[in-house]
Amino acid sequence: MDNEVKGKGVSRRDFLKGLGGGAIGSAVISTGLLDPNKAEAYPTESTGTSRGKSTINLKVNGKSYRLEVEHRDTLAEVLRDQLGFTGTKVGCNRGECGACTVIINGRSFYSCSQLAVWMEGKEILTIEGLEKGDKLDPIQEAFIENDGPQCGFCTSGQIMSAKALLLRNPGPNEAEVRNALSGNLCRCGNYNREVAAVLAVAGKGR
Amino acid sequence: MKSFANIDVKSVREAVTLLQKLHQEKKSAEIVSGGTELLQLMKDRVATPQYLINLKTIPGLNYIKEERSGFRIGALTTLTEIEEHKGVREKLLFLSQAAGEAASPQLRNAGTIGGNICQRPFCWYFRSANFPCLRKGGGICYAVAGDNRYHAILGGGPSYIVHPSDTAPALIALGARIKITGPAGEKTIPLEKFFVLPQVDYKRENILQPGEILTEVQIPHPKPGSKGFYHKVRERQAWDHAIVSVSTVVQSKGGICQDAHVVLGGVAPIPWRAAKAEAFLRGKKVDEGTARQVGEIALDGARPMKDNVYKIGMAKSLIQRALLASV
Ligand SMILES: Cc1cc2nc3c(=O)[nH]c(=O)nc-3n(C[C@H](O)[C@H](O)[C@H](O)COP(=O)(O)OP(=O)(O)OC[C@H]3O[C@@H](n4cnc5c(N)ncnc54)[C@H](O)[C@@H]3O)c2cc1C
Ligand code: FES
Ligand code: FES
Repeated sequence: MDNEVKGKGVSRRDFLKGLGGGAIGSAVISTGLLDPNKAEAYPTESTGTSRGKSTINLKVNGKSYRLEVEHRDTLAEVLRDQLGFTGTKVGCNRGECGACTVIINGRSFYSCSQLAVWMEGKEILTIEGLEKGDKLDPIQEAFIENDGPQCGFCTSGQIMSAKALLLRNPGPNEAEVRNALSGNLCRCGNYNREVAAVLAVAGKGR
Repeated sequence: MKSFANIDVKSVREAVTLLQKLHQEKKSAEIVSGGTELLQLMKDRVATPQYLINLKTIPGLNYIKEERSGFRIGALTTLTEIEEHKGVREKLLFLSQAAGEAASPQLRNAGTIGGNICQRPFCWYFRSANFPCLRKGGGICYAVAGDNRYHAILGGGPSYIVHPSDTAPALIALGARIKITGPAGEKTIPLEKFFVLPQVDYKRENILQPGEILTEVQIPHPKPGSKGFYHKVRERQAWDHAIVSVSTVVQSKGGICQDAHVVLGGVAPIPWRAAKAEAFLRGKKVDEGTARQVGEIALDGARPMKDNVYKIGMAKSLIQRALLASV
């Protein structure tokens, strides 16, 4: 079969138009932006046996919740929509921004890229679980002192990545901090202050 | 995402049987490990399985074992675990580095080695439900007339994806083999033989048949006198796949090459082993002249498209740099 393509391709211009701004200039792509008509409407058609639903136990910030989830529900969706932990943000919903970062069993994960139904038996920590009583976690204090948040949208994700690092390594150096935060985008470009905040905590030997 | 049923399996056998049964009943199913790649494809409705067979609930498929013959890594081992493993760091040249430079920390915490090797392409046309490309059963590869800055310069046609795995080229340079478990039992094959060029079958990236699962990666100890080099060129330090990557292992004695493995990532629909270039280097002194020649031979036959000519020079100079660092 001759598949050398003639004619029918998309032009580069059409392609860029469809793609939206953010993704160009990077080998990672956000195709979700391609079709404005393709709104994520929840399908009503019955897929018979494949419409999975389960009742699960979700342990969040030390408390257990029993709830019914659809198998397609992401952890981020269940945290926000069912449990009201809206400190966890959803930016890209495809593993490319880090706004949804939570800690699962001591490690940082994108909650948009985990299914809630996989979370049975795991310890989930969200930004709401950091403060003790009305005392903020040192990393939260450090973000305030160092002007870590600008618009604030990425902040809870940044803090959860930082916390995951500090749990394993209480005294990281700058390279380790930058690496640990490398999966969290800040559209305000406030990286240096976010790194400074983590280093401030690290310096206190926590 | 479209609705589906997630099924947690407790053993490889159960997974194989279930996959086989669903296949016979003409139900669509996907294997899932970390989910970091597959879930994005499902959100974009490029993959719309009725069933997800979740391997993560299989006990005993997550391990790194060091034995006399080499390392054995279970398919569910995460990239972070490989990156941080002391024995892997000390003995497997660049495998820890290759695992640690893939994706982002959060994706490496979830992403497994099995999923990394079996991941689908990150071509932007393939990933969009709006482009019915060859690989999805459509008529054309949109990369040919479209924006092909990240596409294949070697081994392309009729589809021009590049294989996205960062660990696979590194593992092939290390001489890795993989264990596949399926309805017919177990088999172990060189990882290199796992991948499929589009001219053979443009709808798949590897030889896995329905019901087959990658269960283990086996890596021999590097031979004495071996030096490794890995470098991944990407546009930013996190998330990005390789534009070009090089993995080389050179076994030499007194500056003379005894054996060489040169594998490129990001340039072809499969991890690209430069076999002719390896053969040329054997028995020769590794110096600037031979290193340049190896680069020329490796890229001989490259067929770039309008936006990706730059990959040729990049690959040549990476190979040179790699070889000069290897003696
Ligand atoms: C934004 C982004 C950036 C990324 N950047 C990189 C990068 O730079 N380098 C890189 O190498 N990768 C990258 N990835 C790809 C990938 O998600 C991870 O590297 C990861 O290792 C995939 O593993 P997983 O377990 O999450 O796979 P899954 O998503 O669970 O599965 C991936 C595919 O493999 C199949 N599969 C999974 N396990 C098995 C098995 N044991 N046997 C047979 N089939 C199996 C699944 O059916 C699916 O088709 C990136 C992904 C994203 C979303
Ligand atoms: S919302 Fe962007 S990574 Fe999850
Ligand atoms: S503070 Fe605005 S995105 Fe980071």
